[in-house]
Amino acid sequence: MLKKTIHRRQFLGTTIATGAVATAAGMGLLKPKMAFADDVAGWPAKAFDAKVLKNAMTDALRKTSIPVSSKVKLTAPTIAENGRAVPVTIEVDSPMTADDYIASVYLFVDHNPTPLASQFTFTPACGQAYIQERIKMATTDNVRVIAKTNKGVLMASAPREVKVTIGGCGG
Amino acid sequence: MKRLLIALSIASLAGVSGAAQAVNWWDLGNTQVGPAKTLKQFHNYFKEHNPNMPLTKYALGSYAFSPEMYSQYQEAIQFNPGDLTLSQGKALWNKPFPNGKTYASCYPDAGKGVAAHYPIFNEKTHTIGTIGTSLNACRVANGQPTLKYGSSDMIALQTYLASLSNGMPVDVQVKGPAAIKAFEEGKAYFFMKRGQLNFSCATCHVAYAGKYLRAQIISPVVGQSAHFPTYRAAWSAVNTLQKRMEGCDKKVGAVPQALESTDYRHLEYFMSYLSNGIKINVPGYRP
Amino acid sequence: MADNIGNPMIRMASSAKKGALVEVRSLIMNPMTTGLAKDKAGKLIPAHFIQTVTITFNDKPLLDIDWSTAVSANPYLAFKMRAESSGTLKMAWKDNTGGHWSADSKLTVA
Repeated sequence: MLKKTIHRRQFLGTTIATGAVATAAGMGLLKPKMAFADDVAGWPAKAFDAKVLKNAMTDALRKTSIPVSSKVKLTAPTIAENGRAVPVTIEVDSPMTADDYIASVYLFVDHNPTPLASQFTFTPACGQAYIQERIKMATTDNVRVIAKTNKGVLMASAPREVKVTIGGCGG
Repeated sequence: MKRLLIALSIASLAGVSGAAQAVNWWDLGNTQVGPAKTLKQFHNYFKEHNPNMPLTKYALGSYAFSPEMYSQYQEAIQFNPGDLTLSQGKALWNKPFPNGKTYASCYPDAGKGVAAHYPIFNEKTHTIGTIGTSLNACRVANGQPTLKYGSSDMIALQTYLASLSNGMPVDVQVKGPAAIKAFEEGKAYFFMKRGQLNFSCATCHVAYAGKYLRAQIISPVVGQSAHFPTYRAAWSAVNTLQKRMEGCDKKVGAVPQALESTDYRHLEYFMSYLSNGIKINVPGYRP
Repeated sequence: MADNIGNPMIRMASSAKKGALVEVRSLIMNPMTTGLAKDKAGKLIPAHFIQTVTITFNDKPLLDIDWSTAVSANPYLAFKMRAESSGTLKMAWKDNTGGHWSADSKLTVA
C-alpha cells in the first residue's frame, strides 16, 4: 500500500512569484492583508501570525489541549545566556518507519509576539525526529513542543521554562 | 548612581578585608612598574581572587564562572555563526590584487602565527600597528585603496588573519622606551574613569571580574583579547576588540573613539599583552 | 564586498555505515529581523527572515522547515538523517524578501 506523503511546500513547487501568494490565498492559508509581500509559497502565514498561544495552536493543530508524553523531549537552558540566541533541542521517540513516524513537530514560545516559533515536517528517512536550533525569547517564558504522528496522534512535551534576563552591560 | 558607587566601594572593601591581598585592584594601575611587572601583578591579583582557576581557563571569559552558561557556549560552538564570517575572510584573503599578489605576500609565513604577536610596535613608523592597520598597509603596498575599519570586508579579513594563529599563545612584545610608553598609555586608558557612569575598564573587568553586574557575569581582562574578533549574540555578527571598546565607552556614557585611534590601539596593545600565554581562538563566541 | 547575508555552510560527515544516523549541522547568514524593532529614527525595521528550509537527499524530500521571526539571527539548524545510500544532501533556504540560497553535501554510505 503506497502512502503518499505530501510535503506541502515541495508539493506546491518552488516559485516565489506573486502567483504563489495567490495560490496560497486560494488555499485559505493567507489573509492577503496580513501576508508579507514576498511570502514563500506554502509558508503557513496564518499560524505564524497568531498572537496568542491558543490561536497559534488552533491554527496549526486545530486543538489546544494535547496530552503530555515523555516521548517528546525538549531541552532548553534554565537561564538563557542571551535571549537572542537560546539553544533548543527537540527529540521525539518514534520508530520512524514508513508506517509509524513523526510527521510534524511544532515549537511554541508561550508569550512571544507570535507564539509559533517553528514548524518541522519530517520523513522516515530522517531516522530520528531530532532538531536543534536557536530561538529568540524576549522574556522569561515557557517553551513547548507538540508532535504529530503520521496517523494524526498529537503528543506534547512538558513546558520548559527558560529564564531570560535583559538589560545587561553587554548590549 | 549613588547606590552603585556605594556598592562598588563596598565590593572593593570586601576584597581588601578578605584573605591578605598583595595588590589592590586600583594599585594595578600604577604606571611606574613596566610591562613584565604589570603582567605579574595582574596574574597575582586574579590568582588570589580565583585560586583554583588555571591561566588557560581565562580564555573562556565569563563562561569560566558559570557551568550553565558554559554548556550553552559549548552548544553554540558546535557550529559558531562566526565561522560564516571566517569563510568570507578566507575568500577575501585568497583573492589576488590586480597586481597578482595576495595578502599572504605581506606577512611572514603567509600570515601563520602573525596575529599572536600583534599589536606590535612598528620601528619604522614609530607607532603601534594592529592586525587592522597591517591589512590596510598591505593593501596600500599593493596599490589598493584602504578598507574602512569596521566594514564587513575588513572585519572578515581581520578574523581570517587572526585565525591563522589559532592554538598559539598570545605573545606580544613590549621592548624599548617608545613601546613601553605606548603600553603605559594603554594602561592609563584602562584605568581612567570616564563617562556619565564614571567607570574605567578596570572598574568592571578587574574589580567585578567573575562577578554579576546587572545580571551578567563580567569577564576578566586577562584572556579577553585572545578570542577577538568574536561573534557576539548581542551583535548578531562578528566584530573586533576595538569595536567592543567603542561599545563599552558608549555604555558608560563616554564619547567613543574612532576605530584604530591612537588610544584604542594603545589600549589593545596593553590588553593583548595581558593575555600573553593564553591560546588564540578566533572567531570566538560570546553573549 | 562581504555581504552579511546568505553564505550557507553545511557540516556533515562525508561517509557513514549503512543504517547509521548522520547528524547534519547548518548555518546561514540572515538578520531574522522581527519587524517589531525600531531604528534610531523611530521607524520600524521591516521583517527580514528566512521562512523555509527545504532539505532533500538524492532529490527526495527529507525534511521541511517553516521558520518564524522568533528564530535567532544567522540561523543554525541541526537535524539527522539515516544513511541508506550514497548521494547528495541539498538544502535550500528562502526568505520573505525573495532571497534564496542553497548548499549541498555529499555522503558515501558503506
